[in-house]
Order: sequence, then structure tokens, then C-alpha cells
Amino acid sequence: MKNKLSDIYGKDGTKKVLASLISILVGLFVGTIIVVIVGLTKDTITPSGIWDGVRLIFAGIFSTGRDAAGNLSWGYNPQSVGNMLFRATPLIMTGLSVAVAYKTGLFNIGAPGQYLMGTMASLMIALGIPSEVVPAGIIWVLAFLGGCLAGALWGCIPGLLKALLNINEVLACIMTNWLAANLVTWAFDVSNFKNMVENTKAGYIYKTTFNGVETPKLGLDKIFPGSQVNGGILIAIVIAIAMYILINKTTLGYQLKACGSNRHAARYAGINDKRNIVLSMAIAGALSGGGAALYWLAGNTEFYWSTYQSLPAIGFNGIPVALLAVCNPIGVIFTGSFMAMLDIVGQQLTGYTAYNEYITDVIIAVIVYLSAFSLVIRMALTRKPKARKEKIETKPVAEKKPDSQAEGGEEA
Amino acid sequence: MTFLIQQTLLYAVPLMIVALAGVFAERSGIINLALEGIMIFGAFIGVLFVHSMQNLEVFTTAAREGDWLTLQGLELLAMVVAAIMGAIFSLLLSFASINLRADQTIGGTALNLLAPALVLFLIRVLANQNTLQMQTGDAASWFMIKKSTFGVKKSVDWGFFGETFLNKVYIATYICIIIFIVLAIILYKTKFGLRLRSCGENPQAADSLGINVYKMRYIGTTISGALAGMGGFVYSLTTANCTANGDVAGFGFLALAVMIFGNWKPLNIAGASLLFGLFKCIAAAYSSIDINGDGVYWLAEIGISSHLYRMLPYLVTLVVLAFTSKKSRAPKAEGIPYDKGSR
Repeated sequence: MKNKLSDIYGKDGTKKVLASLISILVGLFVGTIIVVIVGLTKDTITPSGIWDGVRLIFAGIFSTGRDAAGNLSWGYNPQSVGNMLFRATPLIMTGLSVAVAYKTGLFNIGAPGQYLMGTMASLMIALGIPSEVVPAGIIWVLAFLGGCLAGALWGCIPGLLKALLNINEVLACIMTNWLAANLVTWAFDVSNFKNMVENTKAGYIYKTTFNGVETPKLGLDKIFPGSQVNGGILIAIVIAIAMYILINKTTLGYQLKACGSNRHAARYAGINDKRNIVLSMAIAGALSGGGAALYWLAGNTEFYWSTYQSLPAIGFNGIPVALLAVCNPIGVIFTGSFMAMLDIVGQQLTGYTAYNEYITDVIIAVIVYLSAFSLVIRMALTRKPKARKEKIETKPVAEKKPDSQAEGGEEA
Repeated sequence: MTFLIQQTLLYAVPLMIVALAGVFAERSGIINLALEGIMIFGAFIGVLFVHSMQNLEVFTTAAREGDWLTLQGLELLAMVVAAIMGAIFSLLLSFASINLRADQTIGGTALNLLAPALVLFLIRVLANQNTLQMQTGDAASWFMIKKSTFGVKKSVDWGFFGETFLNKVYIATYICIIIFIVLAIILYKTKFGLRLRSCGENPQAADSLGINVYKMRYIGTTISGALAGMGGFVYSLTTANCTANGDVAGFGFLALAVMIFGNWKPLNIAGASLLFGLFKCIAAAYSSIDINGDGVYWLAEIGISSHLYRMLPYLVTLVVLAFTSKKSRAPKAEGIPYDKGSR
């Protein structure tokens, strides 16, 4: 029995999971420390307020608000769980986007831009095609595909620049992000989708229900009453499984991974590395754009269109989702849900304590920081000299180093 | 014209100093993607410093009586504090990428996520809103050098040079230019600079000659952090009226682009940042730019959408990168963690 346990422990996958769990725990711990320090230095926050904040950070998903006596009450909260699943939907998609690109050795920091382009395309299709002429179901499918396509096209730009001109994809992605933010604002500014009916909603685009288009609930609203959840989460899970199969079981997936491990060796083996880099970014973009479509087609979300000064956090949060899952598409489902849970925790903190939701962003940042050297954590978990060999099998970016050394001009 | 030059300088100088920050890190072999985050952090620290020092007796009287030297002192102190805290913040990156040999791109991204989150969290707790402002007055009345600062009437004409470079300016702009020149000379004309650069080109060779690569990389990244932190505060002081809101509008990333466009060389960077400053300035104030002073605002009148002007800096960056990428010469060993064992 003991042998079996150590077998499981010795597996590389187990260590990856353990390293991620350690990252999460440290992140939550740092968040707690900040909450305590801020609580102690600010005299408006009482010790019980600090204790409330700490408890919410760890178990905010089980919070049911405050009872009559003003104490936090706990229990199963179907609304929170349902909202968590709803928010997890786009996070899983952007997480997949980052993960797929990472397998090809590309750091897709352009998910926010692709997400915005997907938002624009899907909203415009969903609102632009009159539902009296075309059935709402077909409009939904068209809008979803349009979102994917727009994201894919936007993802192609840094992909092409990387493949043809060897421009650093990180920098190109950042520029395309801001271009997308301005472009989307421009497009909606001149469009007639701005909400003119409700006076208080002047800055927003119509909900898609305005045109009768919304994601089917598939009975999930019965399981989680009062929440925003819909069938989108199931679609995201199916896509995650499809990505797992694509990466691990198909020739294309093998080629993508080969390019990520060593672009030059892959080319030597007859793999078209340029095509694969562009393809990888296109798939990544399609996933981000699809995530945006699933979020905005829900029918209960409203898009604030003047977005040229800010990029959507959902796009950036795809990075921690992917890194925490060690870029495993199945793992992304769970880490995406975890990030969405932190989102709910942030809301609870803002609602019930003197703290605010940004503390959860701090926690996420700490987790990303730790995942930068997750290799070190994994090595620390591996004390036995036998398992030392396994450390060589790591993320593609780590292995990119020799080739950038050989070429010299890898940056830009 | 005066307005155009002044506005361009306001945008160009923070870009320039932060791009130099990138140079120091990359020349020592560390990719500092965290420039944006460090700028955000530095801006917050600087504004917080001004915010909390304003109520001191010394400064309130100085502001009331127009004792501009004391106020400039406060500005300089805030710059120093922002630089120190920026350097400390950047130690997170140095530690991860030098000691733990972490992936520098992810480490930098983590800092970019951490800075706005932490800053917004603290601002919300401190000020109960999303922006931290000065307690009294604004940046122009406290820190800007104007004719009235010297007791000169507004109607007195100082000529083109005086009006452009001495009236309605911030001393921070000139301090940054001086620091830029000094550091550029240090990087290129001193023994220390040569050693630092060697660590970014061939750390193994540098190590074999007795240079401590780890130490040099720490120094490079720390200088980088200090410059970026200071640049962040200068940005928020001169273009955002001394407020901090956890955002510097992608300036850190633009600085990275300027650095690559400038081919990691100070003189080219100075030129590139002026170009980008011009585009930023056009984007921000195109409707009030009167180029030759004849009262015709033709940038506003040709009827191009303001959205296009806002996209220009990023579009130009991409195009320029596309054209210069073949010629660019990045430090050879950047982004590769130094491992003593792998010679």
C-alpha cells in the first residue's frame, strides 16, 4: 500500500498538481497577510472586520451574507456557485487560449485584444441580424462563430509577425491589444447598438436579449436558482476536452508541440514551423474570441463600449488560469473555476467588509509570480536523485533558451 | 509650436527614462517586462508621498507664500522616494529570475498584474475611491514653474526659447534628461558599464574574467527598477496632474517598444522617444494643436476620427517594429538565466 502511494507521489503529474496547490496556498496566505496588515494600520477596521476578511478570502464561496445579528453566515449558496460557473466560462476559454499558444512556445498575452474583437463581432452579429427574419438559434450560432473568427484573425497578426519577421510575440500582442481596444470603441461609437432606450445605460451596448438572442440555460438555472449560469459552461468544457484531444492525440497537436520544444529541430524534421506558429495563434485567438461570445451572448451581460483606456481583465486572467493548470486543457477547467471563485470572493469582500475586490487580483498576481518558478517548487518536491531526470521535461519556453542563444536576434 | 514642443516633451521624457530602464536590465541580461508594473507602483508611491507630506507645516506655508524652491524640493524628494520603492519592487523580479532562474516573461507579467492590483487595493482603502489625488491644490499650482513663480508678469514675452523651455515646465523633465545623459555615459564610457554590458552578451566569458554575473544582473535590474519607478511618478505628475489610479496607459510597454526601436542604444532611444512622444501628444491633444500659430487647428479640421489618433502610437510601433526587426541587435544573453555550470 505504501508502495502504491509513493508511486502516485513520484508521478510528474502529481508534482505539477502539488506545485499548483502550493502556489494557490501561498497566494491566499499573502492575501491574508495584506488584509491583516491593512486592518491593523487602519483604525476604522475592527479586529472582527479583519477576521471576516480572512474568512471570506478562504471560504467566500460558501458565504450567504450577514444574518440579522450582523455576523457572517455560511452555507451552500447556489447563487454563488452558479455565478462562479458563469464567470468561469470565459476564463476557461481565455485560459485555453494561453495554454494552446504556450504549447507552441508562444506567450499569448494578446488574449484581451482577441477577447475584445470577439466581443465586437459576436455582439454586432447578435444585434445586427433581425430576429424576425432569421431564427434566434441560428443567429446565436452565427454570432458565436463570428466571435471565434474575429478572435482568430486578431490572433493571426502577432502570429504572422512572429513567423515571418521574427518580432517578439509579447510586444506585438501588447500593441494589438491596445489597437483592439481603440478599434472596438470606434466601431461601437459609430454603430447604432448603443443603448438609447434606458437612459441610465447610455454607456452600454444593448443586451442580446433585445434581439431575442441568448444562450440556452439547459436546465442549469433550475440547479442554481437566482444565478446567471447558462449552457455556455458546458460548451466551454466540451471545447476544453476537444483541445486536449487536439494537442495530445492528433498529428497537428504533435507538430504544434514540436515547434514549441524546438522550432529549428521541428523544421529540420520537415514540419512547417511558420505555418504552425500562425495556426497556433489563430486557434488561441479563436478560443479567446469564443470566450467573449459565450460571455456576452448570455443575454444578461451588458458591454461598456468606451473601452479604449482599459483592457478586459478576463483576457489577462487567462494567463494565471493556464499557468496554474501547467497548460493542460483539462486542468484549465478546474483552474478557470478557481479563478472565477476568487472573483466571487472579491465581490463578497466588497459587499460585506471594508476591503475590496482588488485583493483577489493581488492573490492572482502572487500565484502567477510563483508559477514563474514552479519548476523550482517541483524540484524541491523531488528530493530523490532518481527523479532528478524528470526535471528536464518542462515547459516549452524553458527549452526555447538554447535556440535563442543560437540565433541571437530572438527578441524582436 | 510652443505648445506642441512642450506637450511632446511631457510624453517623451517619461518614455525615454523608462526605455533607458529597460536598457539597463536587458544589457545585464534580464528581460524587464515589468516596466509597466514598476511605473504604476512608482507613480502610486510618489503621489502617496506628496499626498501625505503636503500637510506638513513647511510645505503648506511654502505653497501659500510662493516659496517655490521648497516646493521643488518636495517634488525631488517624491521622485527619489518613487525611485527607491521602484528599485525595491523590482527586487521581486531580480530574485525570481537571477536566484531562482525563473521564466523572466512570466515573472515580469506577474509584477505587471501585481502592481495595479496592490495599488488599487490600497487606494480604495486609503481614499475610498479609485483615484488618489493631492490633498490640496493641483500639480500645476504646486510644482509647475511659470512666469509668476519668478514674480514676472504674464504679459512679459521671454522669446521663443524662454516661452518653450522655461515657462510652464516641470523641473522633473530636466532632471530626467540629465539623469538620462549621465547614465548613458556610465553605460558606455566606464569600466562598470562595460562589465554590465558583458553580462548581457556573454556571461560565461564575463564570469571567467572574474566579474560577478549575479551581482551585475542585480545592479542592472535595480537601476532599471529605480528609473522605471521614477519615470512612473514623473508621468503621473506631468501628464496626469499628480494622481494615481493604478494605470499608466501602457507607457511601460511603449517604452519597451521604444527601446527595441532604438536598438538598445541611448542616442537612438532619445530620438525614438521624441517620435513616440509626438504621436502620443497628437493623440491626446490633437484638437488644440496650432502648429504654426495662425489660429487654424488643421489636425482637428481635417475630420479624422479621434479614435484613429489614439490608435496611431500603437500602429506606428507595430509598423516600425516590422521594418526594423531584421536590423535589431538585442543583447545576446538576455532572457537566459545564468547558470555557472553551463559554460
